[in-house]
Amino acid sequence: MQEALRFQPVDAEPVDHADIVVKARHLRRVAEGAARGLSLTIRGLRKAFGDNEVLRGIDLHIPAGQFVAIVGRSGCGKSTLLRLVAGLDAPTAGSIAFGEQPRAQDVRVMFQEPRLLPWARVLSNVEVGLGRERSSADAQARAERALVEVGLGDKRDQWPAVLSGGQKQRVALARALVSQPRVLAFDEPLGALDALTRISMQQLLERVWRDQGFTAILVTHDVAEAVALADRVLVIEDGRIAEDVTIDLPRPRRRGSAELAALEGAILKHLLEGSEDTSGL
Amino acid sequence: MSLIDSLPRVGAPKLPKVDGLIPWIVPLAIVLVWQLACVTGFVPSRVLPAPTDVALAGWKLLLSGELVRNIWVSFWRASIGFVIGGGIGFAFGLANGLSQLSAKLTDTTLQMVRNIPHLALIPLVILWFGIDESAKLFLVALGVFFPIYLNTLHGIRTVDPQLIEMGRIYGMTDGELFRRVIFPGALPSIFVGLRFALGIMWLTLIVAETIAASSGLGYMAMQAREFMLIDVVVLSILIYALLGKLADSASRALERLTLSWHPAFQKK
Repeated sequence: MQEALRFQPVDAEPVDHADIVVKARHLRRVAEGAARGLSLTIRGLRKAFGDNEVLRGIDLHIPAGQFVAIVGRSGCGKSTLLRLVAGLDAPTAGSIAFGEQPRAQDVRVMFQEPRLLPWARVLSNVEVGLGRERSSADAQARAERALVEVGLGDKRDQWPAVLSGGQKQRVALARALVSQPRVLAFDEPLGALDALTRISMQQLLERVWRDQGFTAILVTHDVAEAVALADRVLVIEDGRIAEDVTIDLPRPRRRGSAELAALEGAILKHLLEGSEDTSGL
Repeated sequence: MSLIDSLPRVGAPKLPKVDGLIPWIVPLAIVLVWQLACVTGFVPSRVLPAPTDVALAGWKLLLSGELVRNIWVSFWRASIGFVIGGGIGFAFGLANGLSQLSAKLTDTTLQMVRNIPHLALIPLVILWFGIDESAKLFLVALGVFFPIYLNTLHGIRTVDPQLIEMGRIYGMTDGELFRRVIFPGALPSIFVGLRFALGIMWLTLIVAETIAASSGLGYMAMQAREFMLIDVVVLSILIYALLGKLADSASRALERLTLSWHPAFQKK
């Protein structure tokens, strides 16, 4: 079982099988002229809040264009890691380096809450995502394209208050996409949605990722979501990477297939075994 | 009739023309009962004149130009005092909401001053300004200052920090962040302050004009009392009620205009 999952030791060299698969895909994108993702190297990353050390030394290399999911129990530090990558917080020690120096609009975050401005129409909310390019002549056209991409072209003049939860999250996605980011960090963006909306949002995320080729980092507590979407799943435990699992299944992946279920089961088993407080249950 | 019944219902049948009249049923009924009570002699006219007598007194004052002049004087005082006090309150609210330093420097002082009833200053104000215009403007400005200050401050402090973080991530400058996130977020609270302030504005002005003035609605009422013109006294009181309603309607219209994004103000 373990072998089938290709669990890797934590301190493995960045160049490994997963890397080769992603590189091949990356080369294909380069050939298609759509290569956009940035690679990411994290070394000795630590983050403490007072005496509470949340991240205790993370070493990680994410090749350009890879879809990485980060799973773990609540409080394991996965969201903290994401906030450090997105530059929202400063690390206590260690470094995060991108393949090349990113511009501000190259790294975008999508949160669990849509965080739309309630007093701005849907289209203006998407325009916010353009950052400094907001005032450019084609700002509105770009925002409209991003809205169409997430399937909400007809909602451009609505107030956010009249949209459903899934629609609001799609507007937030359009806002994150409109600047054509090269790294997109997702902090449990689908956590508050109902099961069916979740699945269609997952398909949307996968589609835009395949279309645009950004590097995707998805923090989630849903292991099924992680194995369905990601090239690679990182399990974080006590502020360290406990497992690094390559999901080498062809896309589009069929939900509920035996391979996905086996991977999900193995990761879940690891998560449950990893904690001592549930061992007595 | 429970609270639930008074909340707007989805898909409730609408009778648009009748709907607009419903709020006026109670005031009209009161006037009607009042008229009946006077005509039947149940209430002597020395205690309370009939509505028709009040209307007649109003008509006479309107013809002599006295009414219009006094309303205009009161309206002018209220507006100028409101603009001065509200403007300063708004400025302090913004400064203390946006800057920790400014809040530390001035908030404690303002909270102390707030607890002095501003009408208690009337003797002092008369000594300072006499019964001049500036005395009334000072009192109105002081009364209006605090509701605007407190609610502006509260509005800015309670803007969703997640939205502010979002704005920063998307590269908004401080000016843009204020214009696009903080100010619109604080606006509903600022309007609450505005409506409180309008109420206090009339209250202060009436008291000030009753005690120390040589023109205005309050002065007109006091003069009428001297000559036992009870119909003019009642007329003044009714005009206050109408002016208060007018100010409230104006602020509501402004609210509807600027808060159209808010679910509570969306047209059904």
